[in-house]
Amino acid sequence: MQEKFKILIIDDSVTIRQAIEKNLSNFPLEVVGMAGDGKTALELFRNTQPDVVTLDITMPELDGITVLEEMMKIKKDVKVMVITALKDKATGLRAIQIGAKSYLVKPFTSEKLKAAFSRMMGIN
Amino acid sequence: MNETDLHFFIDSTVNYFEEVTGEQAITGIPYLKGKEPVVLDYSGIIGISGKRKGCVYITTTSEMLKSLANIILNDHQATIETVKDLTGEIANTISGNVREAYGSSFMISVPVVVEGRAKDIRLPEHVQTFVIPITWKEYKSFLVVCLE
Repeated sequence: MQEKFKILIIDDSVTIRQAIEKNLSNFPLEVVGMAGDGKTALELFRNTQPDVVTLDITMPELDGITVLEEMMKIKKDVKVMVITALKDKATGLRAIQIGAKSYLVKPFTSEKLKAAFSRMMGIN
Repeated sequence: MNETDLHFFIDSTVNYFEEVTGEQAITGIPYLKGKEPVVLDYSGIIGISGKRKGCVYITTTSEMLKSLANIILNDHQATIETVKDLTGEIANTISGNVREAYGSSFMISVPVVVEGRAKDIRLPEHVQTFVIPITWKEYKSFLVVCLE
């Protein structure tokens, strides 16, 4: 049986959370949680210890950069794909420096999301 | 705010619709907002801080949002919650994408969504506010940009 990766989906938009879940449904993933704000995201992260995270940046409570820093302290080998509307190099670079493996700018098409996710996971 | 600023927002708006739907949105000639309200069914408002200050909002119809939800989620019967959420997400994406031009000192807030056509959205009075008409498919909406 194929190994399933535990994924946590974090975005303050429920529409985007649903779109990510739907578009990644053909990957070997088990969705262990979804969060709409940074504080809940960190709680879920600590409780579920996911292998993979999709992470928004502009969120209530805690922003995604702070969440990313905290996640890296808890589980350094987690694969994090930042999915954000913030289309500037400095933020992308900062996220990668902290430990994100991928940075995808919204709006995304299904194809772009799947391709970026495949690259991050090393799936052909 | 100048013409270059307006172009950043127009490009970001056109890109949003093209990426999400594969269909181009057509933007009309921007105009200075007067005293008349520019409010349709749902409005997603983003506060801007940092080097630039002000706010950006998109106001649109329930029909357009349902049509977009259908494309994004294949959801033919989008709920009011989905429609409201999508309004905020469009505003967030259009505003966040213009950081390509302004850089990370262009700080955007989380969106606030206002429902209903009854009132205008309150904007700073001393700042010029531009309205960019948008047509996507048969649907009309407006992007309103108020930046110091």
